[in-house]
Amino acid sequence: MSSNKLKVEDLSAWFYEKQVLNRVSLEFPDKKVIAIIGPSGCGKTTFIRCLNRMHELTPGARVRGRVVLDGKDIYTEMDAMEVRRKIGMVFQKPNPFPNMSIYDNVVAGLKLMGIRDKALLDKVVESKLREVGLWDEVSDDLRRSGAQLSGGQQQRLCIARALATEPEVLLMDEPTSSLDPSSTAKIESLVRVLKNHATVIIITHNVQQAARVSDYTAFLYLGDLIEFGETKKIFESPKNPLTEKYVTGRFG
Amino acid sequence: MNMRRTKDLLMKLTSTLITLIMAVPLLWIILDVIIKGASALSLDFIISLPAPFGEVGGGIGNAILGTLIINAMACVIGLPLGIATGIYLSEYSNGSKISALLRTAIDTLSGIPSIILGLFAFSLIVIRVGHYTALAAAFALSIIMIPVVSKATEEGMKTVSVDIREGAIALGLPKWVITIKIVLGIAKSSVITSSLLAFARISGETAPLLFTSLFSYYWPRGLNEPMASLQVLIYNYAMSGFESWVVKAWGASLLLMLLVLSINILVRRFSTKVG
Repeated sequence: MSSNKLKVEDLSAWFYEKQVLNRVSLEFPDKKVIAIIGPSGCGKTTFIRCLNRMHELTPGARVRGRVVLDGKDIYTEMDAMEVRRKIGMVFQKPNPFPNMSIYDNVVAGLKLMGIRDKALLDKVVESKLREVGLWDEVSDDLRRSGAQLSGGQQQRLCIARALATEPEVLLMDEPTSSLDPSSTAKIESLVRVLKNHATVIIITHNVQQAARVSDYTAFLYLGDLIEFGETKKIFESPKNPLTEKYVTGRFG
Repeated sequence: MNMRRTKDLLMKLTSTLITLIMAVPLLWIILDVIIKGASALSLDFIISLPAPFGEVGGGIGNAILGTLIINAMACVIGLPLGIATGIYLSEYSNGSKISALLRTAIDTLSGIPSIILGLFAFSLIVIRVGHYTALAAAFALSIIMIPVVSKATEEGMKTVSVDIREGAIALGLPKWVITIKIVLGIAKSSVITSSLLAFARISGETAPLLFTSLFSYYWPRGLNEPMASLQVLIYNYAMSGFESWVVKAWGASLLLMLLVLSINILVRRFSTKVG
């Protein structure tokens, strides 16, 4: 691992008294896809929500430890909104803004921050929609509401929206769990391209998906990081017997 | 089996019959107002001042304009306050004690008889400035609008899901931008619908106006003046006993009814289009 984009040190998280993450430490290499796998309730979602400071929005949430982006602690040296502009997020359920057109959805992060330059916005809309493979499907009418698209198209729209602010890290929380197989395949191939611009951290329920899209895999179990390494090694020669059991489908 | 079917049929017949009976007064009122009011309607009726005593003709133009001016002023005061209150209750109160108090206050406010609001505006403004004024009327009517609009705004904004909100937060947007541009943007139809309904509601209020704007036989000369309104005109003219004035009162009633009906139709179309 030559250059590390994001470093997590001793990260623990709680909801009220319940600890959901236990001293997780790992380093995310730049411009790679990292899959986070583990059974339901193992703390995957909490973990990535700690990486863009979304965890702290939940009532009773508490975090300890450090998350360092390019040498800067995101909890003490950056403000939450700055963190979230640099570390984008795509959610389990597509969540386009229903009051906005496709166009406005893509550039919501720019327009609502006061960027009015029409030529720039046009360019961002086209390039991001092309990047997520939606341009040919929607370019005839960008004024349509984003909510009218199919589930898979909505999710790609949300990815375009997250990319429009040029994040350095993209967090994806089971982005295909509500989609059909063909939409899933499209998003998987998109994920493999996205690492050209950003470090992609993707949670998946589906072990095969992790094997297909990621360079590195982290296996979480009951709030502990059990194993982290190159995806190939995690799948072919896991060091921990728990990891082996999980990736071969014997539990979880 | 047979018994059940008979009961079914009986239930259906009774409910249909009751619905028809219920519809009778509504249609009666509408038809009565149309029949008695239509004869008064003319261009002159809508655009000119009331004729001096003893002369024929004349119109109610000043009352139409007065109602519109008073309503517009009430909107200028009531809508921002109502919307702001709704935003606060939905997005910023976090179930604090102040919000519980505020909610109770708003519920109470919506239950206060409008004549008391008129009396309040009278003692607060009219007595102090020493004459009847449309400003006091607008103030009293705006208090009626606030609970209607704030409740609808709050409820509309609360329906915006956590998913959508998190999507906006994850873009690194500040809370006020998310609140105004996204959450309020999504709740826009509730806000507009309730504003229209509040407008229709105050268009029928008469009691507060009797204490505040009272009436005038002239065109409005300023906002801080007594001002004619359709509501008070109907009250005055219908009770006057003069045949020609009673006809004008019916004409004014027809106009007021058309205003309220068209707002209701607008609301219906608007909410079906958006929802």
